[in-house]
Formats: sequence, structure tokens, C-alpha cells
Amino acid sequence: MDHGMDPSRKRAIRLTTALTAALLLASALVYTSFASGHDELTASQLLKRARPGKTYVLAGTVLSNSVHRNGGVLLFRVRDPKLKVSVPVRYSGEVPDPFAAGRGVLVDVRKGGTDAFVGQAGTLTTKCPSKYQAASGSY
Amino acid sequence: MTVAYLLILVVLAGAVYLISAPLRTARRSDDARRLAADVDELEAEREAKYREIRDAELDLRTGKLSEADHAAIDQSLRAEAVEILHRLDEAQGAESERIPSPS
Amino acid sequence: MAAAGRVLLILALMSSVYGLGASLYGVRAGRGEWVDSARRAMYALTGMAAIAFLILDVAFITSDFSYNVVASGSSTTTPFFYRAAAIWSTQQGSLLLWVMLLGFWSSLALFLTRRRVREIVPYAQSVLFGMAIFFTGLNVFFANPFDTSPVPPPEGAGLDPLLRHTTMMVHPPMLYSGYTLLLVPFAFCVGALVSGRLGAEWIAVTRRFALAGWLCLGIGLLLGARWSYTELGWGGYWAWDPVENAALMPWLVCTAFIHSIMIQEKRGMLKVWNASLVLLTGTMAIVGDFLVRSGILSSIHAFVSDPTLNVSFVALITVMVVGSIWLVTWRRDRLTSDHKLDSLISREGVFLIQNLVLVALTAVIFWLTFFPLISEAITGTQTSVGPPVFAHFVVPLALVVVVLSGVGPIIAWRRVTLAKVRRTFAFPVAVGLATLVALALVPGVTQHVFAYLTFGFGAFVVATVAQEFFRGTQARRAMTGESPPAAVVALVQRNRRRYGGYIVHAGVAVALIGVAASTSFQHQRYATLKPGQSVHLDGYTVRYVRPTASATPQKISFGAELAVTKNGRRVTMLHTSYGLYPSLDPMHQIGRFLNTSDGAQTESRVGLDSGALRDLWIVISPNLGPLQKLVSTGDVKIGRALLAAQKLPATQQASELNTIYQLRDILINELAHQFVAHPWASTFLLEVSPLVMWLWVGAIIAALGGLIALWPAPRRSQRGTRLVRRRRVAVPAVDAPDTASEPVRERELV
Repeated sequence: MDHGMDPSRKRAIRLTTALTAALLLASALVYTSFASGHDELTASQLLKRARPGKTYVLAGTVLSNSVHRNGGVLLFRVRDPKLKVSVPVRYSGEVPDPFAAGRGVLVDVRKGGTDAFVGQAGTLTTKCPSKYQAASGSY
Repeated sequence: MTVAYLLILVVLAGAVYLISAPLRTARRSDDARRLAADVDELEAEREAKYREIRDAELDLRTGKLSEADHAAIDQSLRAEAVEILHRLDEAQGAESERIPSPS
Repeated sequence: MAAAGRVLLILALMSSVYGLGASLYGVRAGRGEWVDSARRAMYALTGMAAIAFLILDVAFITSDFSYNVVASGSSTTTPFFYRAAAIWSTQQGSLLLWVMLLGFWSSLALFLTRRRVREIVPYAQSVLFGMAIFFTGLNVFFANPFDTSPVPPPEGAGLDPLLRHTTMMVHPPMLYSGYTLLLVPFAFCVGALVSGRLGAEWIAVTRRFALAGWLCLGIGLLLGARWSYTELGWGGYWAWDPVENAALMPWLVCTAFIHSIMIQEKRGMLKVWNASLVLLTGTMAIVGDFLVRSGILSSIHAFVSDPTLNVSFVALITVMVVGSIWLVTWRRDRLTSDHKLDSLISREGVFLIQNLVLVALTAVIFWLTFFPLISEAITGTQTSVGPPVFAHFVVPLALVVVVLSGVGPIIAWRRVTLAKVRRTFAFPVAVGLATLVALALVPGVTQHVFAYLTFGFGAFVVATVAQEFFRGTQARRAMTGESPPAAVVALVQRNRRRYGGYIVHAGVAVALIGVAASTSFQHQRYATLKPGQSVHLDGYTVRYVRPTASATPQKISFGAELAVTKNGRRVTMLHTSYGLYPSLDPMHQIGRFLNTSDGAQTESRVGLDSGALRDLWIVISPNLGPLQKLVSTGDVKIGRALLAAQKLPATQQASELNTIYQLRDILINELAHQFVAHPWASTFLLEVSPLVMWLWVGAIIAALGGLIALWPAPRRSQRGTRLVRRRRVAVPAVDAPDTASEPVRERELV
């Protein structure tokens, strides 16, 4: 439909526009990722670094014999994958079906007033139980 | 265990027979294969060109192209198709000259 | 038979190695018979893998717990259908499924091309054999499904109850079919690049397998979403989980490819782009499988991290990426375009923009999925991003794709005039605008801007497809005088690619309308209710009518019946339940249902009422605290009785144990009775979600469109030849009307 412009100039304009759009998208993506992301921490890292008011993603395994319910609140401990350290979590919200002691979980937490970390509702996810995980000693 | 051994033997024998079959029969030369590949490629181009001609006709009938635009596109596509057919005729001629009849 | 299975896997590996060597030898030495022999080695590999698969499946079905994978993934109490499908719930079995499907689809591709693309096939075969060596090698050396135990356990661990769902059993074969089908165009592209045969042929062969892979992956994604919605108990169907994204990324790139190859077919353009896209699609398929198996990213799906597997996959992906870049760079001279893009306002222009947006979408999802690893590499800490960040970028890009999917079908190739644009766009734009105006009058709709726009753009797309069908039917009827239904059928039959594609566009638009409505306008709440109490949500009243429970030695289920009314009128009854499966703990015969740290498993049964305009969804989290005393008492009594029974002579033990287990069953039933008899409060999660049904229906429509586009057309080449030859005769008088051929010509083309 456009007959006036030199074809090579048209191609140059298109290429510049496309690259500019790509650059803007990439910049927005990188900025938003770092600005909106939550640090994924193990239990030991959380104990060291957690500051009140900030949300972190706690990653670890639910400690054996630590799961209790108190009314609508789920209480459990998440252990560190390498160190003999665990943190207590108080969670109110949707509990996924696979949730159980001994399974890998991710939950968004904030430092609570007491020792326990408060889990944000709807953020608890549990790994599918593996059928071929090498047996390891639990504590 | 006997069933297992038997199964393995049957499968192995069957696989060897299947895989070795082409090695036991006469094949066409490399030249013949290359000529056949040329013909295959041109036939694919021909089919693609026919599809384009049909699509342009359908675009005209469904109002996406004007008569003048369609005429120009159609003429260009048909000329390209004729060119492909020429090349295909030459390739098929070369193939039938080179290839001996299969034994 | 386990030994036979293992030997068959080794033979399959040997067959793959032979096939790779014979293909390369055959093409380099000009000995075509070796290439043919190699093709048959692929058939043999497929047969061996299928027999090995059958041996393992029989072991699952017969609960032969001497096989380690059967003992870990099944049980005698697992229903037959799930026992047969449990094979691919394990790493070893799923790898064997991969090998079998790879062999099957590769065999089909090689069979169909046994007399075509003769210079490409040997290299394509080699690539496919390379893949077969990789996956069969994993099975043989690292994940042997035929490992056995000399003393098999009396009972297996059982299939995770979350996987006891029909969609979840079909989901993996569909996904793996998708992945393995996408490796076929990958292999043929490599073959085309290596051989230098970069004409129309490799596209013609490749296209159908790419479309089939796209279809299977799409169905796999849909089944996974459906399982998530009806089984997982969180109320959603997509969570931007890494494993979900792993299948979505190759699907998006493949979507771009099946559009952009049309540009290469029509205009001989975008050759480098197409080669890069198909190589990227195949690579992303392997990346997807790697993500699921490796556990490198935290996901609800991911299996445990196995370092050996991880290193192998990373090596393969590296070879694919480096090799692809090198091949395209090496052959860039032969990949120059025959034409240049004249105008963006043309179908090829629209397809190009759509391609760029789809690739951008894939890049965004890739970045955000792998961001935990990227951030760890940069900052030393893994940082994850949640679904809102995905939505922030994905939604606007998806909207652009929706608009383009409506523009593409109604714009012509090569050149467009303003008058034509006005004529073809008038109706669909009017429908889109009318939709936006009508919805603007509904309170609250415009507050969700992206959803609002999706409704309008979706209506625009559906209107363009309807217009295309209408005009095509009218054109056909004008020439043939057929009735409208016959004309529509004939139109689609003769133009399967085009009209199948239009149906896909309409289906995707409908599905995205469903996604927009159900995510933006969903109402959700938690409520703790005793029997007789009610809760209100989005104009509905949900009353907890009565608790329900059932108990067998294999499962205890606690549930609820709820009555839903609106404005005093009965809408439906919903039933939801929470099931508990016992662990193998012998000493806590009652408590083992509840003690998840010892392997007890749970599942939710969702109460769901689906309608064309809304879904009512509810799930229960029963309060089992009051039952704990009964459980503890039962465990103590039965535990003591079991210990006492073990001291009895063997002749008396069996009858004593029988009595104890009968007591156990009575106590288990008593648990269920207590739950039903007492008005304890339970917690419910309720949702009212509009237009969820449109997602499933739209996806089914898209799948049907894909099938139509995939179906082979009747052979037309002979008619086409006569058509053009008649014209060739008339070339010296090109302006003279070729009236003798006009009637034939018109009937031919529509």
C-alpha cells in the first residue's frame, strides 16, 4: 500500500522498530523480575537474613512429626536441606493435597512477632512425592 | 526363563532379517538417487505452486482480492508453475534416461 | 521376563547405534541400501521398545512386585486402569514410553519418506537415531525399568491418589507424543541443512509432523489443566509452574513455525527464521523434558534431581543449541529469501508480526521460569517470581496475538487495497465494537481492562472466522449450486489447511475469553461451617446440609453435601470429599490413614457444577481433630493385640490376626460413623467462576480444527497438471479468455 519509500529504508525502519521494542521489553522484564521477585531461602538462610515486613520464599522439607493443626491454622517446621536447622511456620490457607511431613514445600513467609514465620495464604506448594529419591536419614 | 530366551531369539532373528533385507538386493546408483531427489523437490514445488494458485482464486471469490490484483497474481503464479513444470519435465527425462529398470 | 525386557532394551540400543552408523555410511559412500537398512533398524527398535514396554506393563497389571518400579508405583488395590497406566508415573517407565513413542513416530516419518527427500533422509535418520541412543542409553545405564528384587514385597507402595484421574493417565502419553513428534521436523531440518537441500521438500514433509506435535502438546496441556482444576483442590487450572511452562514454550514456538512456513511456501521468505524456529522447537521439547526430570527448578511436578541425568540432558541440549547455530550459520547463503516483504499490511506481514510476538512470549516465559537459576548466578540467591509477574507480560502479548489471529485470515497475500480492507474488516470490527459497547454497560467489566479487551478481540476473531466460512460457502454455492451444508463440507474438505486453521483460531479465541472471564471475575472465599450453616458468595447461598463418610481398609473418605440456591431457587447439590489412603505402617492400623509422615496419602474430590455461564466449585478440608482420641485408642488396642498374636503358635496366629483385622475394620467404620453423627465444623473453599466451560469447549474446537488441518487432502496433482498445461498452451495469447477451461478451472479451485 505504501509506494513512496525506498524498500531498503523501509526495512531499516522496521528492523529498528523491532529491535527497539525488543530492547524495551527485555529491560522491563529484567527490572520487574528483580524488583518483584522474592528470595528463595533455605531454613538456615532465612534465620540469618529475614527482616520483619519482607516476604521470602521458604524452600525445604517438612520436618517429620512436626505437623499439627490448631483450629484453622496449620503448624509445621521446614528443615534445611543441608544443615540440622528448621524453622517453624504458621500457615492459614489452602493446603495442597500432597502436603505431608517429609515432602518438599515452598511457601511465602514473613517474620512473625514470635519465633514462627507466618505463611501467606494460598502460597503453599508441595512437590509431588518422588518414587526414586535415594533414601536419606531424617532427623 | 525358556519363554524369555525364546522371545529374545525370535526378536533378534526377526530384527536381523528385517535390517539385512536391503543389503541382500540390488540398489540404484548414487546418480539415480540424486536425480530422483531432484524430481522429488520439483514435485514438491509444483504442489506448493498449485496450492498458491488455488488459494489466490479463493481469496478472489471471498472478496479479499480485487479482479485486477488477482489477475496479476494469478498470471505470475501460473508463469512460475509453468517454469517448474519445464524443469520437472527435464528432470524426469534425465531420470528415465539414467535409471536402468529394476531387476 | 525382566531379563528379557532388559535384553530387549540393550538390543534396541544396539539397533540405534547400527542405524546411526549405517545411515551415515550409506549417504557418504553413496550406498542407498545401507540407508534403507538403517530405516529398518528404526522399525526394529520400535518393535523391541514396544515389547519391552508390554513386558513391563504386564508386570504392573499383574502386580509383580519383584520389579522395583512396580513395587514403588503400584499396589494390588490400585484399580486396573491405573495399574496399566502407572508405568509412566515412574522415571524408568516414562523414559521407556519416550523411547517407544520416539521409535514409533520416527518409523512413521521414515516410512512416509522412504521414496522422497532421499538426500535429506539419511541425515534426518541419523539425528533420530542419536536421540534414540540418548534415551535408550538412559534406560539401559541409569534408569533401568527391569531392576528386580530377589525378595519381592507382599504389597506395593501404590499409585499416588492424585494421579488416579483419567486425564492424568492420558496426559503424559500426549505430552511425550508431542515432544517426540516435534523431534521429527527438527531432524529433517538438520538433514536439509547438512545436505543443502533447502527447497520446498523438507517443508512439505515437516509441516504435518509439526502440526501433529502441536496438536498432541496442546491436548496434553489441556488435560493437565483440567486435572489441576478438578483434582488438586486449589481451584485453578494454570499456575505458571515450571513444568507447565516447559510444555507451553515448545507449543508457542511451534505455533509460530506452522504459520511462518506458510510464508516460505508462498513467497520463499524467512528461510533462516523457519530453520531457526524448527530447531528451537525441537530443542525446547528436550528442555521441557529436562525440566520435568531434573528437579532443578522448584515445582509441584518435578521429580527428584538426579545428577547423572542432569548432566546428560545438559550435554544433549548444548549439542543441539551449538549444532543448530553452526548449521544455520554455515548454510546462510542457501537460506536467502526469494522475495522481500513488500508491506506489513499483508498476510505475510501479519504472520511475521505474530511470529515475533509469539517468540517474545516464549522468551518472557523462559526468562521468568528460569529466573531462580539466573538470579542465583548473578546474585548468589535464588529469587522466584509469582504468577502476577507472568500475567503482567503474558496478557498484553497474548492480546496482540489474538488480534492478529483475526486479522491474518481476512487479509490477502502480497497486496491489499484500502477498499478491500474496508470491505473485509467491516463486519468483524463491528462485532468486536458492539461487544465492547454492550459489555461496557455491565457494571464492573471495564475495571478489568485486559479481560474487557479480550472479550472484544475474541468476538472480532470469531466474527472473522464466521465471515470466512460464509463467504467461502457463498462462493462455492455460486459455482456448484450445492445446499449450504453440502457447500460448507465441500469447502472444508477441499481447503483443509485453511479452514482447519480458521477453526483453530476460533477455538483459541473462545478459550481465551473463558480464561479472561474466569481469572478476572472469579469470586472465592473460605468458610468454616457446621451442618445447617450457610455462606453467601456472588449471589449464591451455599448451605452445608450434612456430612458424609465412607470407609474401607484401603481408603477413608470424609465429605459433605451442600445445597446451592439462588434467590430462593434450588440450583444444585454439591458433594465434596477428602480421601485418606493408609501407609504400610503395621503397628498403627488406624492412625496410618492420617499419619502422612509415614506415607499416608490424601486426595480431594471437588464438588463441581459446570454450566455454560459459570462453574460452582467447592472443596472440603474436614476437621479430624475430634477423631484423634478414637484413633489413638484404636492404635493402642490393636497394636497390643498384634504384639500378643505374634507370640501365639503359628496354627493359632492366622485366626487371631483375622479377628484383629475385623476389629480394625469395625474401628475404621466407627471413624466414619462418628464424623457423620457429629456436627463438627469443616472448612470449605468455595469459588464461583464465570465462563470456565468456554476454556474447555474452545480448546476442543481448536483441537478439532487442528485435526482437520492435519488430515491429508485428496490427491489433486493430476487435475492441477491438466489445468496449467491448458494454460501453457494458451500462453502466446495470454489475454484471450480460456473459455474451454473456465468451467473446469472454477470447479477445481473452490
